Amino acid sequence: MHRTKLFDHVILMMGVFFMVGPLLVALMTSSHEAAEIHRNGLSILPGGHFVDTYTKVLTKEGGFTGKITGVRMMMNSLILGIGFAAGKIILSMLAAYALVYFRFRFATITFWMIFTTLLLPLEVRILPSYEVMNTLKLTNTYSGLIVPLLASATGTFYFRQFFKSIPDELLEAARIDGAGPFKFFIDVIVPLSKTMIAAIFIIMFVYGWNQYLWPTLMTTDESFFTLVRGIKQILLVWVGSNIPDYNEAFALAILAMVPPVMIVMIFQRWFIKGLTESDK
Amino acid sequence: MLGLNKSASKPPEETDAKRVQFNSRLLPYLFLAPQMAIIFIFFYWPSVQAIHSSFYLEDPFGFGSTFVGLANYTDVLKSGEYLGIARFTAVFTALVTFFSLAIGLLLAVKADGVIRGNATYKTLLIWVYAIAPPVAGLMGMMMFDQHIGPLVKVAAFFGWDMKVGLNYNDTAFAMIVVSVWKQIPYNFIFFLSGLQGIPVSVREAALMDCRSGFRRFWTVILPLLAPTAFFLLIINTTYALFDTFGVIDVMVKDKAANNPITLVYKVYMDGFRGNDLGGSSAQSVILMIIVFVLTIFQFRFIERRVHYN
Repeated sequence: MHRTKLFDHVILMMGVFFMVGPLLVALMTSSHEAAEIHRNGLSILPGGHFVDTYTKVLTKEGGFTGKITGVRMMMNSLILGIGFAAGKIILSMLAAYALVYFRFRFATITFWMIFTTLLLPLEVRILPSYEVMNTLKLTNTYSGLIVPLLASATGTFYFRQFFKSIPDELLEAARIDGAGPFKFFIDVIVPLSKTMIAAIFIIMFVYGWNQYLWPTLMTTDESFFTLVRGIKQILLVWVGSNIPDYNEAFALAILAMVPPVMIVMIFQRWFIKGLTESDK
Repeated sequence: MLGLNKSASKPPEETDAKRVQFNSRLLPYLFLAPQMAIIFIFFYWPSVQAIHSSFYLEDPFGFGSTFVGLANYTDVLKSGEYLGIARFTAVFTALVTFFSLAIGLLLAVKADGVIRGNATYKTLLIWVYAIAPPVAGLMGMMMFDQHIGPLVKVAAFFGWDMKVGLNYNDTAFAMIVVSVWKQIPYNFIFFLSGLQGIPVSVREAALMDCRSGFRRFWTVILPLLAPTAFFLLIINTTYALFDTFGVIDVMVKDKAANNPITLVYKVYMDGFRGNDLGGSSAQSVILMIIVFVLTIFQFRFIERRVHYN
């Protein structure tokens, strides 16, 4: 019995090493100088250039037109992450409320039209979506970045499932008290959904922050680049130069992963609950 | 990862769940309006557009288009290059799905088994979930870099001269490793929560009936995990097909010519680099059909064969 437990720990530690090792190496290596990395390879010990590399990456103007800084990209990522999460929650709560709490004529067909969006991911219709955005003149705008991503109705299903689990008695009681649909929504549904909203916000924020393909298509103007979108540019610089700026590339990669990783870590319990239980 | 969502893993039930409902002619439509507007403009319109332009040949200079029937489809399906990419996509998807499920399950079983450090392992193992695929690709490029990559050195130690980005098979290997790495936490989270949902009484009964830990896992625990596993199978397949775009884009660095790419990447290349609207749309429609078949397969077959507890 004792021996098998030891063996379990060995496997888990190997797993942790495999999963976390590269992140640690990236963090540590980013605090060394480029020439040093080129000479000595990656590092698992901290170097002395943490502050200046990160200051440079965050504030130095880079890119092809020299208009974009790390701070700017970070802000764009935040706008995308928060805008996407908030938009998703508002849209899907309203739609789910209508589907669960109202009796209306086209309910079934509406439901199936929403359900269909879950079947086809954005990736299979990128070119026509891009054409639509061009027609609507939405390229290189924040709305063009955020709104089309809202077209998949995942959130609607999470909230629909959740609303269905709310006891009917609440609505009966509210009706006896004379509460209308708006009042019931604001005073009963929203407060009851707090945990659910938090969980979905975390999942959707991470999802929005990590978007790559869509921002790549939508934004050609560098001032709209997000951190994740900027990765390609980092690599182009990396490939082009004699001694690549490994340190800066790593620093940007670290910046691109810190906010979502922190959020998942801090709100781990909500996040896991949201991810696994919204299915039921 | 949310591309094809887990909600899609269950066939939808009846819409009107509530016994008591509001009666209003206008309000439900008002509440649904924002969602429906976005779905129409950004889902149905482009989807119909894709099907439409897959039957047309676009003039490269933008002067109109001609109806060509199924020519775009036959061109695509006859092209040796396309079939090669399809074959790679199938192999890639199978390997990524298998290894990320297997490793995720192994780690979940072990994390469920140990008492000490359970929470720490869990926290450390789910970090990577939050990393974007292209950032994971960048990490992969670093680990497999010709000059500084430690994994290249390890490979060299075993006599493997690894040239990621130049050698087709080496690049494919690196892509698979990175894609698996990125997906393990997701599977780990679901398997662990599935395992923790198995009642203690069932475990104790199994412990009394069967002394071999491996057989107990195989005959009792695994069947109980089947719903989770099948749900994850679909999610992982869609992940490998679509969400690995970022990994691939970063790792082939625009030099797709002698590097392995997947079908989604090919749609992107032909549509945005090659300006082949018809061909790219035909490929989009083929992918749509694949996803549809996958989903129907999931509803029809898998759901029926899985034991729900």
